[in-house]
Formats: sequence, C-alpha cells, structure tokens
Amino acid sequence: MAEQPLPERQSPLEPDYHPGSHGNFEHGVDVILSEMRPGTILQLAAWPGEEKQLIEIIGKVTGLALPDGAGGGVSSGARAGFGFAPGKFTVVDEAEGLAAAFAGAITPAIGTLTDLSHGRTAIRIAGPKAEWVMAKFFAIDFALPAFPLGAGRSTNHHDIFAQIQRSGPDQFDIYVFRSFARSFWKALCHASEEVGYEVQ
Amino acid sequence: MLITCPYCGPRDVIEFTYQGDGNRERPQPASQDLDAWNAYVYDRLNPAGDHNEIWQHSGGCRAHLRVVRNTITHEILSTAFARGGHKTESRS
Ligand SMILES: [Zn+2]
Repeated sequence: MAEQPLPERQSPLEPDYHPGSHGNFEHGVDVILSEMRPGTILQLAAWPGEEKQLIEIIGKVTGLALPDGAGGGVSSGARAGFGFAPGKFTVVDEAEGLAAAFAGAITPAIGTLTDLSHGRTAIRIAGPKAEWVMAKFFAIDFALPAFPLGAGRSTNHHDIFAQIQRSGPDQFDIYVFRSFARSFWKALCHASEEVGYEVQ
Repeated sequence: MLITCPYCGPRDVIEFTYQGDGNRERPQPASQDLDAWNAYVYDRLNPAGDHNEIWQHSGGCRAHLRVVRNTITHEILSTAFARGGHKTESRS
C-alpha cells in the first residue's frame, strides 16, 4: 500500500501563539518559548525483563544511545529519547514516519509501540530563567545536578500529566496532552511575563 | 509529605494515589471461601504506627508501590515497586 501524505497538522496553540516579545521584557528577554512541532512522538514499552532489549532496538533504529537508568535520555539534533517510567520510553523525531522504522523490530514478545505524534504537543522553554519559570508549575528539582542533560521526568501540574526532558543546560522540552496544550501554553505565557519572554 | 518513588525519586504526595492496605491477601478469583473474602474486603489492622500500604505514582511514572508509612508521624520508612508481590517488611 502506498504511503499517503498526511494532512498538514494544525497547532492547538495557534489562536494564542503570538510570536514576538511579551511581558516585562524592557530589561531583556529571560525565556524563549516555542512550539517544537516534531513529526513523530512515540511511546515504547518493554515487558518486564525486556528493557535492555528495547533500549538496544531504539539504539539500532534511531541511533540514540539511551542510558540504562531511571529517567535517562539523550537529546541530539533531530532526535531525542528518554525513559519516563520503568521499561517505558518516549522517542521523538523532527521527521514524520519514525513509527514505521520500528515495524518488525519490536516483536510482541519484547513490548509495544504507541504512536502519539498527534496526541501530544511539544513546547520548548529556554533561557536563563527557564528553571525559575518551570519551578512555578512542577514540584520537581530542576537544578542541573538533580535533573541532568538529556534526562526525562514524568510529573504533573494541577493534576495534568506532563513529560519533561532537559535538552540543554537552560532548556526544557515539555510534552503535554494536545487537548490541554493551549491551556498549558497560556499558563506558561502568564508565568513568563515577569521575566520577559519571547515567542519564536 | 514526600514519597521517594524507586523510579522518579522524592516527589510530593499530591503526585500519588493511595490504593489501600498492603497487608491484604486477595483470595484466588475462584475461591468459595467466604471467610477469606470477608477478611479481604473488611478486615484491617488499623495500626497506630508502621503500616504496609499500596500507593500508585499516578502523577508520575504510574508505577504501583509498596510503601511503609507511619500512621502517627507520616514518616515514609520504605518504598519499593509492588511488582514481584513481595510484602515490604515494616520496622516493628
Ligand atoms: Zn514514579
């Protein structure tokens, strides 16, 4: 069967996505907010005992060398991956169609793959005040020693689930439910006002 | 109150859901032993002190955990994955 091109994806943030500088930016912009719009967001889960096998498969298919440890991950260029629960991983690619590359590699005996590309929205926050703004939402430690580069975290804000990956020393990628993305985005903009923010 | 998830590390209690007394022994589904079912549904130790409990890290990694909590001080004495079925030994 020939691959049909997917219809262009609409951003759930669109009505409230206003590129430019906002808030208290007269003295400088301290965080930059953007929607990442990756083509692929996958959730991969290993059955108990198959975790190492799955990490190996992710490495073969994506080139991402995921460290074998709670919340371990890597963020490099077009692709990123991190553990978010025991035996479970999020894998992200700028391009669409990564799920097809896993076909046949993850057998039913090893685990499962769920394509969440249309179900999650990825938001990036970067800048010297990124940790400060994130700490207003999530009750976790954002300091670099506690939350190292590439690592992933599962947590929530106001009972709404979120996954966070540290993709730079002062940069975080937040994965939220698409249906809650605009609400979260608006809250993130409000929380960024005091430090001055730019939407890219 | 902080609970240290074996996967996620220390997290605020708001991320967790209490799933009940961890001392209960569920009878086999086909069991006709009414006393065993009655004990499973109703009997609780209700200790003033260390208590075996089941919690889920519902606002995080979603793993089910065995937690020993002191019911007087709310001190969390130990946490472990519930998978494997081994009861966490309380200190007392
Ligand atoms: Zn957890």
